[in-house]
Amino acid sequence: MELKEKLIASFLAFENEVDTDTFIHNVRNEAIKIFEEKGFPTKKEEAWKYTSLNSVLKDDYSVFPNQENTIEYNDVKKYFIHDIDTFKVVFIDGKYSSHLSQTTHDGLDVCLMSSALTKPKYRLIVENYFNKAATKDSLTSLNTAFSSEGVYIHIPKNKLVQKPIQVIYFSTGNESATMLQPRNLVVVDENSHVQIIERHQSLTDNPVLTNSVTEIFTNKRAIVDYYKIQNDNLNATLIDNTFVKQKQESVASVHTFSFGGKLVRNNLNFYQTGERIESTLKGITIIGDKQHVDHNTLVHHIEPNCESHQDYKGIFGENSTGVFNGKIIVNKEAQKTNAFQANNNILISDKATINTKPQLEIFADDVKCSHGCTIGQLDESAMFYMRSRGIPEKEAKALLMYAFSNNVLNSVKIPEIKQRITKIIADKLGVNLGFDL
Amino acid sequence: MLKINNLHASIEDKGILRGVNLEVKAGEVHAIMGPNGSGKSTLAAVIAGKEEYEVTEGSILFDNEDINELAAEERAHKGVFLSFQYPVEIPGVSVTNFMKTAINETRKAKGLEDMPAKDMLKLIREKSELLEIDRKFLSRSLNEGFSGGEKKRNEIFQMAMLEPKLAILDETDSGLDIDALRIVANGVNKLKSKDNAVIVITHYQRLLEYIVPDFVHVLYNGRIVKSGGKELAHELEEKGYDWIKEEVNA
Repeated sequence: MELKEKLIASFLAFENEVDTDTFIHNVRNEAIKIFEEKGFPTKKEEAWKYTSLNSVLKDDYSVFPNQENTIEYNDVKKYFIHDIDTFKVVFIDGKYSSHLSQTTHDGLDVCLMSSALTKPKYRLIVENYFNKAATKDSLTSLNTAFSSEGVYIHIPKNKLVQKPIQVIYFSTGNESATMLQPRNLVVVDENSHVQIIERHQSLTDNPVLTNSVTEIFTNKRAIVDYYKIQNDNLNATLIDNTFVKQKQESVASVHTFSFGGKLVRNNLNFYQTGERIESTLKGITIIGDKQHVDHNTLVHHIEPNCESHQDYKGIFGENSTGVFNGKIIVNKEAQKTNAFQANNNILISDKATINTKPQLEIFADDVKCSHGCTIGQLDESAMFYMRSRGIPEKEAKALLMYAFSNNVLNSVKIPEIKQRITKIIADKLGVNLGFDL
Repeated sequence: MLKINNLHASIEDKGILRGVNLEVKAGEVHAIMGPNGSGKSTLAAVIAGKEEYEVTEGSILFDNEDINELAAEERAHKGVFLSFQYPVEIPGVSVTNFMKTAINETRKAKGLEDMPAKDMLKLIREKSELLEIDRKFLSRSLNEGFSGGEKKRNEIFQMAMLEPKLAILDETDSGLDIDALRIVANGVNKLKSKDNAVIVITHYQRLLEYIVPDFVHVLYNGRIVKSGGKELAHELEEKGYDWIKEEVNA
């Protein structure tokens, strides 16, 4: 059976198993209809022109891994940012792992979507926010239809959350192929500040397809820093659909570090629904092999006096392919918008490809919008300069790549994440430079 | 130390060097002068191992070893240093981190451990004082936004840090005001010893007032067409290069 049919056939059984609150029930039913109608996106759609899911969809995925699997902390410690104190919400094959997690209800809620969707005390928040930022495209709808588990984070107003929150999805590969659909909701109320780190990690070479949806709401003057670390193995596919809805004077940033996986598609959408909002979207992509990473961003400027900054760096080796499609919409009312977008790429192999496409739709007349994309090779004269100082070719290349990514790394506010990313880059390039840039 | 025999080199099939012979012994300072386009910078780049140039004939011996097949970094590890005419800007890599990497990679190639951080700091302090370099300068991105003079001073600072056996200074005087020229020359002179050698490549005699050469060679059309003592530099300054060209073409 094709994956689409399998999913649709499974829907009723799924709905019977989870608690059926009417509100959520209706949302799910509507969503499965959309997915049924639209199906998986194909290259015929403009937004998927350069990314084909064909090779991913052919596997026979188990769509509801039901088994409770456990893993030892020591075996997976390396995937955590473990040198600082954090809240942790960890899932194994889609199921919550209490022994790897550290949740809280002490002044803020860091807990499970399954609780939020079923317990009365979360009802108000869920009705106000759940599925209110997510779009009705087919993959997001598919996730919505099956949404049952994920992380739920609610930060009440005037709260500076001291510890970052780590959200990690492990897949054990106990099934021959697994499909996961985590659903996350983050609501940050007035004047509050939170930092979140998200990671998807498969622990074997068995195929994993993750179709994740995260909705983030930043209320007035709230600050959210969100970091996505994507360094999965070569049979793991991630479709990340993230929606950030901002209210006035809020500041939200999402950093996406894409170093691995078979295919990664990041659909990152920002909606500015208030004045004096700042949005930051940054990313570093370093891939090789036959890997494919696609960044599809949208910043929608709806109100006046807002800013957005996009800065994506990509380094593509071997047969890898990259896509950057950055859309900025400035509504007629959104005067004095300041929107900046940059996408710089280096191809270090003749067989690597990058497709980069800025898309600006500007309906206001008093705005500053700039965009630029570059595709180049490593600077040969810089290589010779460094080598003439005794720095071998491999290290010289690595140094240039670090330097190239440095702008993005510099805006990471948690030093341990910066160190971790630096280390992942060094490991990937097979060098030990002995210092942090 | 350096022995170049009948060196021919070309880039994209265009011959630039057409039979250069040059011997440099430890303790010596050689100046290579010549009109624009005579092959001076090519000679420097070929000795340092720039891959774009192809050696089609002849040999380069360094400490009696043919280094023609060695990569640029391997030559650097053996003690060859090139001060660039146009130092390359590398945004995102600080001067300090660049030097740390260069020194430790050189040590690694020699089978030595990384230099302890304390020693590294001491060395950096000592050498930056020698070149009158402000400490703040060292945390800036390499050559990015540096003035011409700062770039050249930074080249000699790197030379001081790496302590090469053979330093080739390619047009180090260009873009320098008189104060910077004095600082740079003073740095080079302090680093000179009976065990190392310097090749100064220059268009003008100005730098040679400060770094006094034992030998002066004139490179023209890819060959050394005249050699002499330091007085040859004065003669060239006075008379220009036309008489050399006439002598060669006659």
